[in-house]
Amino acid sequence: MGTRTYLLGKILQAFLTLLFVLAFNFFLFRVMPGDPASLLLRGTSAYNPENVEAEKERLGLDKPLPQQFVTYMGNTLRLEFGESFVYQGQSVSEVIGDKVWPTVLLVGTSTIASIVIGLLIGIWSGWRRGSMFDYGSLGFTLFVYAMPEFWFGMLVLMAFAGGVGPFPAIFPTGGYETVGADLTGMAHVFDVLNHMVLPFFVLTVAYLGEYALIMRNSLLDVMADDYVQTARAKGVREQQVLWRHVVPNALLPTWTLTMLSLGFIFGGAITIEYVFSWPGLGYLTVQSIEAKDYAVLQALFLIFSAAVIFANLIADITYMYLDPRVRAA
Amino acid sequence: MRPDNIGPLPETPDDTVVDEALSPQEIPPERLASPRAITWARRKRAFARLAKTYRKSPMGMWGLGILIFFVLVAVFAPLISDKDTMDPTCTCTGAPLEPPSSEFWFGTDNLGRSVYTMTVWGARISLTVGLAATLISMVIGALIGIAAGYYGGWLETGLMRLTDWFLVLPWLALAIVLASVLGRSLAIIILVIGITSWPGTARIVRAQALSVKTRPYVERSRALGSSNWHLITRHILPNVGPLIFANTILTVAIAILSESTLAFLGLGDPLSISWGTMLDFAFSAGAATTGKWWWLLPPGLAIVFIVLAFTMCGFALDEILNPKLRER
Repeated sequence: MGTRTYLLGKILQAFLTLLFVLAFNFFLFRVMPGDPASLLLRGTSAYNPENVEAEKERLGLDKPLPQQFVTYMGNTLRLEFGESFVYQGQSVSEVIGDKVWPTVLLVGTSTIASIVIGLLIGIWSGWRRGSMFDYGSLGFTLFVYAMPEFWFGMLVLMAFAGGVGPFPAIFPTGGYETVGADLTGMAHVFDVLNHMVLPFFVLTVAYLGEYALIMRNSLLDVMADDYVQTARAKGVREQQVLWRHVVPNALLPTWTLTMLSLGFIFGGAITIEYVFSWPGLGYLTVQSIEAKDYAVLQALFLIFSAAVIFANLIADITYMYLDPRVRAA
Repeated sequence: MRPDNIGPLPETPDDTVVDEALSPQEIPPERLASPRAITWARRKRAFARLAKTYRKSPMGMWGLGILIFFVLVAVFAPLISDKDTMDPTCTCTGAPLEPPSSEFWFGTDNLGRSVYTMTVWGARISLTVGLAATLISMVIGALIGIAAGYYGGWLETGLMRLTDWFLVLPWLALAIVLASVLGRSLAIIILVIGITSWPGTARIVRAQALSVKTRPYVERSRALGSSNWHLITRHILPNVGPLIFANTILTVAIAILSESTLAFLGLGDPLSISWGTMLDFAFSAGAATTGKWWWLLPPGLAIVFIVLAFTMCGFALDEILNPKLRER
């Protein structure tokens, strides 16, 4: 199988997955109890059968399903997701557009931080297998795995923003910036950073265990390889063996995970954004659940899935360049 | 099962649970009555060996201990707590947001309900959801895994494509979308977690089925005219079973975590209070920002410990039953 076939296969696969998500999205939101038209009008004075029919016609819900599907696909390709049920008169794209940057800022930075710290912890525990550090980090990883991240977030929020017992309330309780302060320039930057400290900390701690564990296992596998023994036998210093011979190869399996978590940036912090009222896509998801804003929810699900599918594709393609064995196969 | 000319198997402790046929002199004479009796005798011995190996794992025993504690709490909930203290209309509830006292061990919530009672009864909901969702996930995962591994061909391609789809989709977003569209009840939460958590199992089961299918005794059985159904139920399933079991225990942990997350986001059943629901109530009432630690700690710690317990049991079993890990 040549490189080209491999590439085309992967791209086709990603495309099919995306189509599956689109079809799933389309049908799911049409089987739900209570059609969008009545949901849009419910609670307003215009809620009566005639208006609901008119609204159905306006939204195209009276057309046969195949025709609706074609319209839906066309609209999605043009990134038109219709109108929000809750924010009357605002399109879903507008509602979502404002929330992208805060999410990328918060989840992006904490993902990168957790990758770097997690890999370093993993390298150190694998290299010093059976040491106190190794057991400590394994226990910590297991504990963090068992902990609902939103609960951890609430405890941190309680300790450092609410202030309880000996803990000082030194950070804001949530949000993106101080409301009404209208800060500009560096003052604004520091204000945002101040709001970001706690959710950043929680997300970084919640994510790093996974990297540490995978890096540790991968390092142990590589350390058992013959070429490492050869390197030692020819007198390479231990630090050189670790950083020049073992780590580069051990990094290979973590690459896929790294690329995948970049795909999870958009939809990965739903509960933490909620706990810290961080105005990103995750918080919007929770608000849309509460308000039953299915139009927004549908678009968010599509964005979250598309990001992961895309990241998956990038992971496969880059992996091919990193690991020649995939190309040769 | 194995050719007789290769000598005895190495007696390593890890090999103790391999589902190996007993040599004739090991079978008690009274059991020679029927093939089924022989099979059951063998399985009983395999299980005894598994239990013996399992007992040597400190991690597994700690996990099992914590697990038994939670099961006892769930079963004896009416005996160790007064259910009325979590009914807001009862006069036996305390004042709102009372800190822990001798009367209310874990304090009270904003409606004066006993946090202790709610935590104790929450064990029932969390365990029920965890086990039921896992059952669904296991059945789907095992069916798809065995079908794909055993039959191969286009069926395998199709089923594995489906598995990859579910594996790639962000599960929380998928679960949220499903739960918010389908409604808010315990049954729907169970269903949603069940149908979002099977792909991992399907992959593991398929890999094992692929390897079992090529073993000589399966081939022999086929040559003797066994049907697919016979081969799957008598040869593939018993060999894939242990792996499914280890995986089940790990999946329960994930299912309980998932339940708490969905409940925290307000998608839980408002009538059956789980630990996630309690955390949802607590957060919505501002327990975090106003420092009501006694309302946040008990349900959260309960989740942490029950998930830890299942994970530790699962890891310990996996070490024994997973052929891949045994080799390391």
